[in-house]
Amino acid sequence: MIRDVEVLVIGGGPAGLCAAEAAASAGAHVLLCERDGVPGGQLVKQTHKFFGSERQYAGERGIFIGKKLIDAVTRRENVEILTDATVLGMYEDGVVTVLKDDKHLKLRPKKTIIATGAAEKFLTFPNNDLPGIYGAGAVQTLMNVAGVKPAERVVMVGAGNIGLIVSYQLLQAGVRVVSVVEAAPRIGGFLVHAAKLRRAGVPIRTGWTVKEAYGNGKLEGVVLCELDEKWQQVPGTELDVPCDTLCLAVGLTPLSELCWQAGCHMEFIRELSGHVPVTDENLMTSVEGLYAAGDVSGIEEASSAMVEGRLAGYAAAASLGYDAERSRAEADAARAELRELRSGPLGGKIRAGLEKVAEKRRNAVC
Amino acid sequence: MRIEQHPILQFDRGEKVTFTFNGQTVEGYTSETIAAALHAAGIRELGHSQNLHRPRGLFCAIGNCSSCFMTVDGEPNVRVCVTKLRDGMVVEEQEGKGVVRHDP
Repeated sequence: MIRDVEVLVIGGGPAGLCAAEAAASAGAHVLLCERDGVPGGQLVKQTHKFFGSERQYAGERGIFIGKKLIDAVTRRENVEILTDATVLGMYEDGVVTVLKDDKHLKLRPKKTIIATGAAEKFLTFPNNDLPGIYGAGAVQTLMNVAGVKPAERVVMVGAGNIGLIVSYQLLQAGVRVVSVVEAAPRIGGFLVHAAKLRRAGVPIRTGWTVKEAYGNGKLEGVVLCELDEKWQQVPGTELDVPCDTLCLAVGLTPLSELCWQAGCHMEFIRELSGHVPVTDENLMTSVEGLYAAGDVSGIEEASSAMVEGRLAGYAAAASLGYDAERSRAEADAARAELRELRSGPLGGKIRAGLEKVAEKRRNAVC
Repeated sequence: MRIEQHPILQFDRGEKVTFTFNGQTVEGYTSETIAAALHAAGIRELGHSQNLHRPRGLFCAIGNCSSCFMTVDGEPNVRVCVTKLRDGMVVEEQEGKGVVRHDP
């Protein structure tokens, strides 16, 4: 049996929850599918305080923002949340299939908002598959969700925001962070996070990388080395650092499999960290009625993911005729918020990426 | 090891249960995933790769990457990083793709 759905939201992270809330507030009936046992996405493990403005809950810790978004959506009678529900297939006739409790559900949504987020990137070096080499997100999940001490001695690769923040959270969990290693010549994340680490005595080595890992059955240490200005390893600079965990925070890439399956126009945009669907001003992809919001449409911060979710949610509701005037005004407001979030010097990369997306779209339309 | 004191978080661990890992009894809690309970017990090696038989541990811990496949209660390819622990579970290291058992 195929179930008819008005608005299907795939993914219950910051973008998906905000999309569901926006569409439902306009009056649309929403079904949200979340792969995990609880909604919230990665917000549920973010113990640090967020930046941005009041509307993006600046100054609050991610975990509490997650709780607020979940509460808001749960209170809505016209939102149904399916947890432990993995969307598997997007078919040409518009049918979407979901795996839920070992059963295969079939849905026929009028509008679909893909908010599947991102996956962590990996790094190539000898023995990079040893147990103890983890994504930074995995370490965060172990310590902030499960309350398990993930390691005794950690080397962190990457001094972007995730690397810096997770390093600090490791210190809070009583773990020794031996070193933060960053291949780029300078720290990529906010300096306020870097300063906290430096005050705690954690060295941040810029222009360094992992040459190799070693260990018998599990990680026992890594060999670090310096990079020259052409990103080549400098012989003779090797440094042996014993550690039981190597944490990789080398960026994220969009989890865009469902967009590919649906036949969306996809483009590789370096500034957005991977292949992304080409979307319009409402975040609608080249497939009519299919929207993409949050990291799946380009890697950014959770604050912009929330606003993108809201934009897609209102746009989908407006196109179904729900509270159309207010929905369109709310979509306009969300676009203005996104412009403001991306306006500073740190938004330059995103702006360049989005400009490339717009150009690809113009070329495709012509 | 589990985190006993944290400046921001409190952990509701649920009920204490026991399960087996390769026949050895291990303690864990019902709010944890199998991977978290194993990690807390110091067990990081969860299986071996198909061709080179290299040790495999978890990588993403959110059900994305397939690195943590184990055989649980006889069922292979269980993502232990997103599967909650239950009392009496039989958890085993998996070699390669594992063996799918057919019901008679």
